[in-house]
Amino acid sequence: MKKKKKEKRNHRLSIVFCTLVYLFLFLPISVIVVNSFNATTTKPYMSWKGFTLDWYVKLWDNTSLLEAFGNTMIIAVVSTILATIIGTLGAIGMYRYKFKGKAMIDGLLYIPVVIPEIVLGISLLTIFARVNIPRGMLTLILAHVTFCVPFVIFNVRARLAGYDSSIEEASMDLGANRLVTFFEVTLPVLAPGILGGALLAFTLSIDDVIISYFVYGQTKTYPLKVMESVKSGVAPDVNALSTLILVGTIVFVFVTQGDLFKRNRSAMQK
Amino acid sequence: MKQKKTKHEFRSNTLPAFLTVGPVTLLMVLLIAVPLIYVAVMSFCSIDEFYNVTFQFTLQNYVRLANTDYLRIYAQSMGIALITTLICILVGYPFSYIIARTKSRKKKILYMLVIIPFWTNSLIRIYGWRNLLGTSGWLNGLLMKLHLVSEPVDLLYKQGTTILGMVYCLIPFMILPLYTAIEKLDGSLLEASSDLGARPAATFFEVILPLTSGGIFSGSLMVFIPCLGYFFVSDILGGGNSDVIGNLIERQFQSGNNWPLGAALSIILIVVTLILVKIYQKLGGDMDALGV
Repeated sequence: MKKKKKEKRNHRLSIVFCTLVYLFLFLPISVIVVNSFNATTTKPYMSWKGFTLDWYVKLWDNTSLLEAFGNTMIIAVVSTILATIIGTLGAIGMYRYKFKGKAMIDGLLYIPVVIPEIVLGISLLTIFARVNIPRGMLTLILAHVTFCVPFVIFNVRARLAGYDSSIEEASMDLGANRLVTFFEVTLPVLAPGILGGALLAFTLSIDDVIISYFVYGQTKTYPLKVMESVKSGVAPDVNALSTLILVGTIVFVFVTQGDLFKRNRSAMQK
Repeated sequence: MKQKKTKHEFRSNTLPAFLTVGPVTLLMVLLIAVPLIYVAVMSFCSIDEFYNVTFQFTLQNYVRLANTDYLRIYAQSMGIALITTLICILVGYPFSYIIARTKSRKKKILYMLVIIPFWTNSLIRIYGWRNLLGTSGWLNGLLMKLHLVSEPVDLLYKQGTTILGMVYCLIPFMILPLYTAIEKLDGSLLEASSDLGARPAATFFEVILPLTSGGIFSGSLMVFIPCLGYFFVSDILGGGNSDVIGNLIERQFQSGNNWPLGAALSIILIVVTLILVKIYQKLGGDMDALGV
């Protein structure tokens, strides 16, 4: 009886604790959402001046903001596709073949994961400056592909750990050539890992501030645009766009549903 | 790898190996190895009067690293990273434990609720904190309304504010590996422990903690290291009063325009990272666990 009471109290305590943590996680976001409806027009756009939907309309006139958002999407899509292809091929190749320098590549892959982003950012900046590649869309994509590839590789590799390569042999014994085997057998088995890696790459790319900050030239991304406005006060139209992105992502997550995440995570856990 | 001898064995592996591993090798060598080596080289370079990098060997940059202002900031940065990591463990552990041990479907939702905030741009979320904590911010408004304070309190631009921002940005990197580690715990082990008469505290320290320490180690690594570099957090919330090493580097590559000095400062971060990764591996940490 006493034990039950204690359990109940513990249960209540843990609910309170978790609620506080979630509150901490969601507080700044609620500020963004609320401020996107704020009728204030004076910097730093902080005090509440009443409800309005104006910012959602004005947003469409803010061409530089929309352009930045467009850049972010282009960079994220292109880098994700490239990183996913390079990473998937790399993971399969490294799993299957022995070659000189394999350990070195393996070591290099961990660098973008553990090293502070700023070091990656300045090292790319210096090398781009050295070989005279003008900073812009190209350097942004190169940088994003570079820091995304290892995450794709680790996800695919996690999937490969439980991979039975005898099904490939079976496929080839049945007369399929290497290419057919790759597309019809290997890829479908690895799909959850590839998808998980791609999703991670996309998220990392959209949110990246630090590395982009050093290689962007004239091509501003959405996070960089936010950074620029942080000093003077983030205007409510930026909040409006952020709110739309947030709602968009939540809808996306719920449509593709936890199913994807479930497979994804169980693949990661291996 | 098991030995397999099939009729395909005779085919050459050179071409497929080249096609699959070639691109990633090229990328990692050209955009990771070469740039980092170049940074190391640059840290021994000089600059001319126009701040152009000249390839003249000097140790001057490293000598400058030892000046007292910098030393103070390294210590401050390490302190901020250490406190941030400890807070992330102390909050993240019980939190991950509770959600990972939740039965029923709610668990998935609880897990998603941790991730969703991080689909919003991190800068704007940090800015959200400024909105909350500033003198004209929400928290002050609330405190004034409740007559708890008569004057707005300035909660911004303190070391504590920077730590708050760091915890906020980095706590998922603690929660997610912990969640994974705790979820893998075999419930029957815990029952066995208590059946054999262990008190809850003993079960925790003797069974649960050792089995989930891998999550704590990888989480700590992924929180501590970025903390040294997140210059925008201390910029927005610390207002120059709580610089981290990242701020020093950023300044040399932007306004300061002394790239060799910035390169030397980056070497500090590289060395710290290498040391911590070595410790992590010594503790039995799995490198692949860091990337997922």
